Amino acid sequence: MEIKPYNPRDWKSHPPYRFEGYTSSMKRAPLRRLVKMKQTLSEITGPLFGPEAVQPGDTDLTRNAGTDGEAMGERVIIVGRVLDEDQRPVPNTLIEIWQANAAGRYHHEVDQHRAPLDPNFIGAGRCMTNEQGEYRFLTVKPGPYPWLNHPNAWRPSHIHLSLFGPAFVTRLVTQFFFPGDPLIPLDPILLSVPNKRGRERLIASYAHDVTEPEWALGYRFDIVLRGRQQTPFEVNGR
Amino acid sequence: MKQTPSQTVGPFYSLGLTQKTTNLLASDTTQGEKIRIVGCVFDGDGKSVPDAMVEIWQANAYGRYNHPDDKQEKPLDPDFLGWGRSGTDKAGVFSFETVKPGPVPGPDRSVQAPHINVTVFARGMLVHAYTRIYFGDEPANETDPVLSSIKDKDRRQTLIATREEKNGKLVYRFDIRLQGENETVFFDM
Repeated sequence: MEIKPYNPRDWKSHPPYRFEGYTSSMKRAPLRRLVKMKQTLSEITGPLFGPEAVQPGDTDLTRNAGTDGEAMGERVIIVGRVLDEDQRPVPNTLIEIWQANAAGRYHHEVDQHRAPLDPNFIGAGRCMTNEQGEYRFLTVKPGPYPWLNHPNAWRPSHIHLSLFGPAFVTRLVTQFFFPGDPLIPLDPILLSVPNKRGRERLIASYAHDVTEPEWALGYRFDIVLRGRQQTPFEVNGR
Repeated sequence: MKQTPSQTVGPFYSLGLTQKTTNLLASDTTQGEKIRIVGCVFDGDGKSVPDAMVEIWQANAYGRYNHPDDKQEKPLDPDFLGWGRSGTDKAGVFSFETVKPGPVPGPDRSVQAPHINVTVFARGMLVHAYTRIYFGDEPANETDPVLSSIKDKDRRQTLIATREEKNGKLVYRFDIRLQGENETVFFDM
């Protein structure tokens, strides 16, 4: 059997585990050198989810709270493509998203920010990419919210995303931001990304071609997962 | 194209990640030895981490992954995807109900000892961490190529789950130490 490994993690793009500006990373960052491992069958396989993983309504966060009502806030359409490093689309992969409501509050018991909860907004959605690797969500723009990282700390508006890709090693959890947000240059979580280009890649772009008249603004956010090497090596396997 | 940078799951990940997923990988009809994996995630101060999340990916009892790139002629178990997710509770504890995986092929015609592939996320972790669970009562550990690549015996031990029996159930205990003394071995791959 042949094993075609995926590219290694690009540590020039990813943050380090330990980043001083992000206080809670300090005690949770592994500090020992990572052990290098050659990818095996265990790493080049991974969970693939069928179409049943996404239910009707999962891509519309403005109406998926289980009430008949519609979420409050600025409606936005988020589209994008999931690609690999060689620009090949990643089809049929599950994307999970979560976010604060328009007032900057999460539907979560731990969030005690004094901003209103919206009974018509949970803030969670799912989508499966199509054959071209494309996805689309309808939601409301999340509000910024305070956190306790440092005095007067505020997170810029952002939406969290979780992706699997084709293998155990292509897993990615990230978040994207909205262009022009004045809090972006102040955010330690974004600043943990070690170079300016990498940080810019986490900012969605306004997409007028996605904007729908009399309805909602459109934003585009593409995601790049690890690519795959083309030279296989043989392993034992009957 | 460059890889999209990783970011933390943050404190509210359960909203998007653990409502529709499960830590129960095995059903009544899944083939193999039923086991429970249980452990606690600790930070560098030895405090438990109540907002971590652990995912596992494993072969079935025959040692076959439910994935098209696994072309071994071993049986697939239709009742077994081999993936699960568990958020940690207030005490930092995660758990899975699964079956013990079979051995799978390794590099250079070697055989890997039964193991479970683990991904660790948490508030405060900007990048997820990769580790593996091996089974403390498994003789094949002696010749496993990945375990053997870790020269320090004490470090290697951080990947070994300890067997316990509780109320007639087979339980493997696997704690994850993100930092500090006995820091778990994490892989770059």
